[in-house]
Amino acid sequence: MTAQEIHDILKSQFGDAVLESKLDGVPDPFIKILPERIKEVSAFSKNDERLQFDYLMCLSGVDYKGKLGVVYHLFSMTHKHKIVLKVEVPTDAPNVPSVEAIWKSANWHEREAFDLYGINFIGHPDLRRILLPYDWEGHPLRKDYEVPEFYNGMRVPY
Amino acid sequence: MIETSIDIAKTSTGKSLRTEEMVVNMGPQHPSTHGVLRLEVVLDGEIVVDVIPHMGYLHRCFEKHCEHMTSYQQVIPYVDRMDYVAAMTNEHAFVVAAEKLLKIEVPERVHYIRIIMAELQRIASHLIAIGTFGIDMGAFTPFLYYFRDREKILDLFEMTCGARLLYNYMWIGGLSHDLPPQFIDKAKEFVRDFKKTWKEVNDLLNYNEIFIKRTANVGILPKDLAINYACSGPMLRGSGVNWDLRRDDPYTLYDKFEWNVTVGKGEMGTVGDVWDRNIVRQNEMWESLRIIEQALASIPEGDVQKAIPKRIRPVPGDAYGRIEGPRGELGFYIVAEDSVTPYRIKARAPAFVNLSVINEISKGAMLADLVAIVGSIDIVLGEVDR
Repeated sequence: MTAQEIHDILKSQFGDAVLESKLDGVPDPFIKILPERIKEVSAFSKNDERLQFDYLMCLSGVDYKGKLGVVYHLFSMTHKHKIVLKVEVPTDAPNVPSVEAIWKSANWHEREAFDLYGINFIGHPDLRRILLPYDWEGHPLRKDYEVPEFYNGMRVPY
Repeated sequence: MIETSIDIAKTSTGKSLRTEEMVVNMGPQHPSTHGVLRLEVVLDGEIVVDVIPHMGYLHRCFEKHCEHMTSYQQVIPYVDRMDYVAAMTNEHAFVVAAEKLLKIEVPERVHYIRIIMAELQRIASHLIAIGTFGIDMGAFTPFLYYFRDREKILDLFEMTCGARLLYNYMWIGGLSHDLPPQFIDKAKEFVRDFKKTWKEVNDLLNYNEIFIKRTANVGILPKDLAINYACSGPMLRGSGVNWDLRRDDPYTLYDKFEWNVTVGKGEMGTVGDVWDRNIVRQNEMWESLRIIEQALASIPEGDVQKAIPKRIRPVPGDAYGRIEGPRGELGFYIVAEDSVTPYRIKARAPAFVNLSVINEISKGAMLADLVAIVGSIDIVLGEVDR
């Protein structure tokens, strides 16, 4: 199925929750979704007969300076088509519904995005730091991150 | 005997025997965790109730480093250090993603050399995986045989680019060096020699009674769960899913060669058990040899540095490129702005994603089987932690 057809199915189902999209002339066509509705859209894209996006390839956090984003790379093992979903939330209130209940692989990816970007995934069963120590302060992949002087008495900048 | 002792315990205290759960830390320094991984294991006697992995001991924030490079080419030595037993594969994944973003077409010879290197690297990586897994299961000899042959692959890499572990060989648009003149003969010699070792060790290890007893029907990963957890590589194929990115989402020129995707069939136990994952790795090496043979026989002439861009300044946008690495789907998500520095690079490390399923497949197993399960996932902590 082409990106345009996938977009049309989602648009007819969710209307206003589908914000903008870029489907031609880019390496990976993407659709922007209203953050509050991402869980519904994900559940629909996994369960719908025509879409069947059963495989979450990758989930990445991105800092767009002033906004934080989450990018979902979806793939269907049955139909072998792909789509990219994106959501954007303000940096001071980075709340995104968790899709862990839909794709279990999102569990660790979301923990990673929480760890490194401070994105708060609502409904995640176990939102802890994953790569950094549990008592680390701040979220290093944010563009405005400043390295702390000391961590537990150890000098950090080299 | 055990029943009598329980009876005694009952009569002496007047209550029935009660057991408490126990928390055991496996790692961070434990031979079977293959690196620095800590598994917090909740045990009921010897039965695993829960496994909570704690990682990050090797975290270097590679992704943050990439945002401070002055060129996209400078990222390549960093991706080498992610999965340090399969550095060629990491480079391959990164250049595939970057070339997708930059819309670069590379010459056919470059594709052929990349495929030969990627398949040699796949064999080298599986040799470590199976060799060390054998040690975990108490078989020492296959490890020695396999490391002897892995050395020959490293010699081939050294001959080509001067490095034995971290190569910086595949560049965006091309390669750092062309093949040296004696490479093709040496590689053919390796393929011929390794076929013998492959058969020997296959009989010695995989069909060994003790090995089968330790691995069959252990750590069963059902098909649906494997897909839901986005497992990939031998993890996914071991569960009976006929899936390989080289065939199903072809990149470079894999569709030109004749080879088969190996899947777990539950030959010794149940589909998706530890034995299946191991045999998939073993058989995959044979298929890799077939690909290498064909590629060596038909490699075209050409300039391997012709398509390397002088200066990389992509059009703002993003791209996700993925390849089939030895451990599974290795992907890079690159976000570019109008600059020579990458804006954001995310690595989708297959070992990281595959490891996340460990809790599901270890519940109810014996503690000793947990060693088999961890070994069969084939993790490299440099890649999990990045």
